[in-house]
Amino acid sequence: MKSEIIADRVKGLEGSGIRKFFDVAQQMEGAISLGVGEPDFVTPWSIREACIFSLEKGYTSYTSNWGLLELREALSDRVYKESGVYYEPEGEILITTGVSEAFDLALRAIVNPGDEIVLHEPSYVSYKPCTVFAAGTPVCVDTEIEDEFKLRAEKLKEKITEHTKAVILSYPNNPTGATLSRKDLEEIADVVNEHDLLVISDEVYGKLTYEGKHTCFSSLNGMKERTILLNGFSKAYAMTGWRLGYAAGNKEIIEAMMKIHQYIMLCAPITAQMAAMEALRTNDEMERMVSEYNRRRRLMVEGLREIGLSCFEPKGAFYTFPSIENTGLTSEEFAKRLLLEERVVVIPGSVFGACGEGFIRCAYAVSQYQIREALERMEKFLERLRI
Amino acid sequence: MKEKDRGKEEEILKILEDNARISDEEIAKMVGMEKEEVKQSISELEDRGVIKGYKAVINPDKAGIETVQALIDVKVSSERNAGYDNVAERISRFPEVKSVRLVSGEYDLSVLVEGNTMREVAYFVAEKISSLEQVRNTVTHFLLKSYKENGKIYEEEEKGKRLAVTL
Repeated sequence: MKSEIIADRVKGLEGSGIRKFFDVAQQMEGAISLGVGEPDFVTPWSIREACIFSLEKGYTSYTSNWGLLELREALSDRVYKESGVYYEPEGEILITTGVSEAFDLALRAIVNPGDEIVLHEPSYVSYKPCTVFAAGTPVCVDTEIEDEFKLRAEKLKEKITEHTKAVILSYPNNPTGATLSRKDLEEIADVVNEHDLLVISDEVYGKLTYEGKHTCFSSLNGMKERTILLNGFSKAYAMTGWRLGYAAGNKEIIEAMMKIHQYIMLCAPITAQMAAMEALRTNDEMERMVSEYNRRRRLMVEGLREIGLSCFEPKGAFYTFPSIENTGLTSEEFAKRLLLEERVVVIPGSVFGACGEGFIRCAYAVSQYQIREALERMEKFLERLRI
Repeated sequence: MKEKDRGKEEEILKILEDNARISDEEIAKMVGMEKEEVKQSISELEDRGVIKGYKAVINPDKAGIETVQALIDVKVSSERNAGYDNVAERISRFPEVKSVRLVSGEYDLSVLVEGNTMREVAYFVAEKISSLEQVRNTVTHFLLKSYKENGKIYEEEEKGKRLAVTL
């Protein structure tokens, strides 16, 4: 056997240190977890029921590589109604196995070795490794709490070189809960235009926007052609385990993504696609969940401030990102000790990029009861630290 | 009332409908008001009769409470100038009666009656309801099992287990 079994780009990936902590957290009895990245709601019954019905009817085959046409039509309608951008169901929309697959396809479709992909941090953990897998070079822009964790056009501009191919936009943001206003987005669009770039816009938390309305990046003037819009059903409809997402964009790019998709995935699972069609029929259940998240958001933010952590006010997703700098601990130490001493799981901010150091991510996709209990435990922990 | 205040009032009602034991302080956090404002708003809602009371949703089977309930379809003749109101109000005053609703269809009133035994309920219907002058006919359905009451499912399905950590 060759001495070097594992490919360099995989071996080079970091993150093994923190995995031990996560293993302990997964196993800890009696722990309250604010470390979750998914809704605590079960998928609404009407959606589950539609899926069961489809199985009874015998819908168990492959679908078109693109996904069911009926679903693409429903999505096209929905996106048009909500953001004013029209995507043709045939050729401009591709149904994927979660946004994760769509994201991977997007990168592989556009990146040549050495192309630079600009991404803002703190952000979701997959962006950097997926860029590396696609032979691209990730270039990170730090966002700061003083700036409400927004990606600013000027800071983006500083990172652009002749090799820059695309920008990854991820708002509402995991882990910070930050959102961008229409004006913020327009300023980014100007830079994108000026430097002839593409944008991969991950808007999976778009529906979970609590103040103002989410602006779809491709709805901005001239941006439809330059944007690969990624979205899915996981967060808004509490369907994480169904693994269903989609990409929308100009025909040339979507066609290229589809080429890869047909060889590696063939199609997204038909059962999830049937369920998704039901999900798109009504928004009532989703809106009910969103208003519940909003209540928990306020409970969590106020609670964190009361126990002495300064907390940026998140306006989207279901995460808070309080600063733990005044404790003198690193975010990893803080998370480890909090778990062992008080059995509360939080995620160290450093996981989401170096500039996430000094913060922790606390999800509020848990019951009001659990939020109260977790805050009480955290308060005890913080009091002990101060003595 | 300002549109904004009405929105907050509705939000308070939603929170209380889900959990009436929550503190004013927590409601205040969730709707973005001062604690005193919440207190005042709730007492206004009580005064206006919007909030009629606070009750626990009890599963009598689990509590070991052996009561008998029956839904009674009641056919009544309506009265000039009063329609069904007089007879419905009369029936409503009995403490054994848990709800009285005017319904469309073959019967006019749907009455929920509670008692300790089947005999007691049957006796009540015969003595107190059927005997009323305006009542022409009744049908009694004893309840055998309750699956959902007031929006709460009694035997909640098991929720799948989420991982403690996902990024």
